[in-house]
Amino acid sequence: MTFEKIQAIIVDQLDKEESEVQLETNFREDLEADSLDLFQIINDIEDEFDIKIESEEGLITVQNIVTFVEAELAKK
Amino acid sequence: MKAKIMGAGSYTPQKKVSNAMLEEIMDTNDEWIKSRTGIENRHISEGEDTSILCGKAALDILGKTGISAKEIDFIIVATMTPDGSSPSTACLVQDFIGAKPVMAFDVNAACSGFIYALSIAEKLIQSGAYQYGLVLGGEVMSKIIDWQDRSTAVLFGDGAGGVLLGASETENSFLGEDIHSDGSRGDSLTAGKRAVSNFQLEQATENGFLKMEGRAIFDFAIRSVPESIRTVVEASNSTLEDIDCIVAHQANYRILKAIAKKLKIPVEKFATNIAEYGNTSAASIPILLDELLTNGDLVLGSKKKIVLTGFGGGLTWGSMLIQL
Repeated sequence: MTFEKIQAIIVDQLDKEESEVQLETNFREDLEADSLDLFQIINDIEDEFDIKIESEEGLITVQNIVTFVEAELAKK
Repeated sequence: MKAKIMGAGSYTPQKKVSNAMLEEIMDTNDEWIKSRTGIENRHISEGEDTSILCGKAALDILGKTGISAKEIDFIIVATMTPDGSSPSTACLVQDFIGAKPVMAFDVNAACSGFIYALSIAEKLIQSGAYQYGLVLGGEVMSKIIDWQDRSTAVLFGDGAGGVLLGASETENSFLGEDIHSDGSRGDSLTAGKRAVSNFQLEQATENGFLKMEGRAIFDFAIRSVPESIRTVVEASNSTLEDIDCIVAHQANYRILKAIAKKLKIPVEKFATNIAEYGNTSAASIPILLDELLTNGDLVLGSKKKIVLTGFGGGLTWGSMLIQL
């Protein structure tokens, strides 16, 4: 469920197909996203899950974000 | 009494610096700058300070509106890069344009400065005590930029712009405003910092250069600005569809795109000239407004509604709903 919500945000922000956004997808290399794209995705994810993502460091792949968000949700 | 926008004007330094020219002095490149900011050129002062840019913009306004400098009742300059703490930039403008010895003062709300100054000016005119007021936004950002820091140096430019407000019994340009500050997040954009240093204290001197936390500012802009635009529009019983054009602070084209997306409106609703001038802080809104009025995209007296919106250091942000 977390993945699907994050996938939808990325698809919307980067104007991609769902098939292009999988767990192993790398933002920079596979989606050609730059830092501002990532900021926008993080911003939407923060709103969607009502969490705070203080640093974008280490958020290289979709899996990285899913893992981070699930850990934050578990703390709630 | 009501306040009416009588006309606009602007002035930017002649020297135009392209991204390619910046490539020669720092490790950056045209494609990177364009794709992340929309900026292609910026105008950089070759010595003219903020008061001169503002003074020349003021003369442009007076020329376009046919009002003489002697008729001006007050001058407000929004700037975060004044010539100095004293005299204020506005006092220097008063002398430069040959105005009477009228009230003149600076306002500092960084990139939102023009919105703050315009709000104050509107109230002064509304009071009935003043007939004409000049509201200017001017910056020489190039003097507070660390030209070794490519993350900020590529973003900013110099320039000035402004409007003339006049008192009117019947015509009112100002339909609403929504203006804020939040000092708790002030550290995300700082400039001109000076530590206390006197006979008791010896402090390491700070260089005073502009410093910006990119993500914090981006995040702030794309959350606060859409909310402010929505608030000012809805408070006046209007809808976003009623708005002809949004004249937003030109910080970064990608920010404008993100704001448009949050508002679910086409980015084309946002006027832009960032490609030519970069981020000119408090000057960006009036420079753009003057351009739109000069080329006929906006027409005073057309009764069309536009939103002016600024955001920046402080943090400060705010929007005004204007009827042309």
